[in-house]
Amino acid sequence: MKELVVISGKGGTGKTSIVASFAALAEKAVLADCDVDAADLHLVLDPKIVERGKFSGGSRARIQSGHCTACGKCEEICRFDAIYFDGPGNGKVAKTYRIDPIGCEGCGVCAWFCEENAIKFAPVVNGEWFISDTRCGPMVHAALGVAEENSGKLVSLVRTEAKRVAENRKLDLILIDGSPGIGCPVIASIAGADLVLVVTEPTLSGLHDLQRVADLTKHFGIVTLVCINKWDLNPDIASQIETQAFQHDLKVSGRVRYDHAVTEAQIKRLSVVEYASDGIVSEIKELWSNVRARLNAEKGQAGNGDFPTRDSRRFGKGD
Amino acid sequence: MKIAVASGKGGTGKTTVATNMAYVASCNGRSVAYVDCDVEEPNGHIFLKPQFDSTAPVGTLIPKVDESKCTHCGQCGEICQYSAIVSAGETVLIFPELCHGCGGCSLVCPAEAITEVLHETGKVQVGSAGPIGFVHGLLNVGQAISPPVIKAVKTATPLADVMIVDAPPGTSCPVIESVRGCDFVLLVTEPTPFGLNDLKLAVEMIRELKLPFGVVINRYDLGDRETLLYCQRKGIGILAEIPDDRSIAEAYSRGEMICEVLPKYRQVFESLLGKIESRVS
Repeated sequence: MKELVVISGKGGTGKTSIVASFAALAEKAVLADCDVDAADLHLVLDPKIVERGKFSGGSRARIQSGHCTACGKCEEICRFDAIYFDGPGNGKVAKTYRIDPIGCEGCGVCAWFCEENAIKFAPVVNGEWFISDTRCGPMVHAALGVAEENSGKLVSLVRTEAKRVAENRKLDLILIDGSPGIGCPVIASIAGADLVLVVTEPTLSGLHDLQRVADLTKHFGIVTLVCINKWDLNPDIASQIETQAFQHDLKVSGRVRYDHAVTEAQIKRLSVVEYASDGIVSEIKELWSNVRARLNAEKGQAGNGDFPTRDSRRFGKGD
Repeated sequence: MKIAVASGKGGTGKTTVATNMAYVASCNGRSVAYVDCDVEEPNGHIFLKPQFDSTAPVGTLIPKVDESKCTHCGQCGEICQYSAIVSAGETVLIFPELCHGCGGCSLVCPAEAITEVLHETGKVQVGSAGPIGFVHGLLNVGQAISPPVIKAVKTATPLADVMIVDAPPGTSCPVIESVRGCDFVLLVTEPTPFGLNDLKLAVEMIRELKLPFGVVINRYDLGDRETLLYCQRKGIGILAEIPDDRSIAEAYSRGEMICEVLPKYRQVFESLLGKIESRVS
């Protein structure tokens, strides 16, 4: 079984549109949406949920105002500015302390040191995960609760569930849609994966962010491919990206043009390869063929890592 | 006045809106600070081209154990919610990348064996771009926890009449840390199914934080009318609409300021800033 993770550094470069097309081209793959705080893949793949579970990423503190003596110890020791002196009064004091649940980091230090035992500290549910069926195969996805944290833990959970589905259904590829950035959810989505595809765009911002995300995958020792999406927006910067990629030991596996068909497909709730039939489709197919060939060349975690696809094109030129 | 520019979805034009608003605000004599809180992938410097006066390491305070005082009672491991400190037999293991810097272990240690030291997770750079004060942060590559760097960026920001906070994409902790304490949140979106879905998530988040907000629809003539209808239905103010103009995308790709190279759009950002100001005051 192999895990391919699609990330971007910069947001809005077209990760999810590329993943949706890959989902349509790959057979025997499990799809995993690891962009848990702004998940979009479900909008194209129209999943039918068959299993769901609650996610708890940690605990949270809450002051029981009836027991608070307003000593102020909790506010003094909280490092996250999450405690305010504006809670309701009780028989003993006119005002009590209150914890802002959004600011609370779930460290529990206030509860530990409260001499009145007035602070409750208990696990909270801060998200939900789903296993679904889609027209492109099974999909594992999740929704982080509003203004919640610990997205990294939820990403790890999605990956674990996707592996379980892959094993049960004897599928040998997990196709992961990652999140932008280089922080906690991205690290959780790539750690231990077989291959990363970075979708970038030919802008100075895209170039800058590609360097940081490439440093990250290098840090974790993961083979990394690059796709230059909307390349014709600025062909000069597209060439610069290719030069830089070469210097960083990254392989550019494809260029995909700027095309309104991407937005039109999204509105029709289809992947680009399902919606369009011309130039951009052959570019995405060639990209997929190159990525697939590279995946086949990687040593898998189990089995020979050989998975068939609907597109049986040749080993592409990018590799 | 502190304005945060955020979005659920990435790549909708946060940095374009934030830098150009800072630019027009600085043109009428007020002091302006641009604050890039996207410490994972900061891009504001590409457009504003600041000169930096200072660079400072920032991070999390992590425990340091004086083995000669440690009695191996294990209380530090018990209080830690993040498994960042573990008492194992005759030794105490510390995992800096898991530590959130809550200080619980040093408070709980009965032998006073724990002190706290800075674990560098990023840096903050302060400077100026012409008349605009400029601050940004850089999370060190490989570090997972960005909120402490974001907090340090905000703390390092010089006071100004207008502060514009460029937030990271998404709806979780880094975004919340960025927009906390702002007077107004501007959500930049695009009229596509992905843009709308992520806008809804961002609106829910901002409502949870009880902050006033408005929307900018970028590339408004690109997708469908659903985003417009959603905003109308929910009574959300659309404060600006920016067309899908290839010359904007090309200027952006070269790191150019829209207000400088395409002056016809200056008025869009001036009017946007004016609308926010009238809503805040």
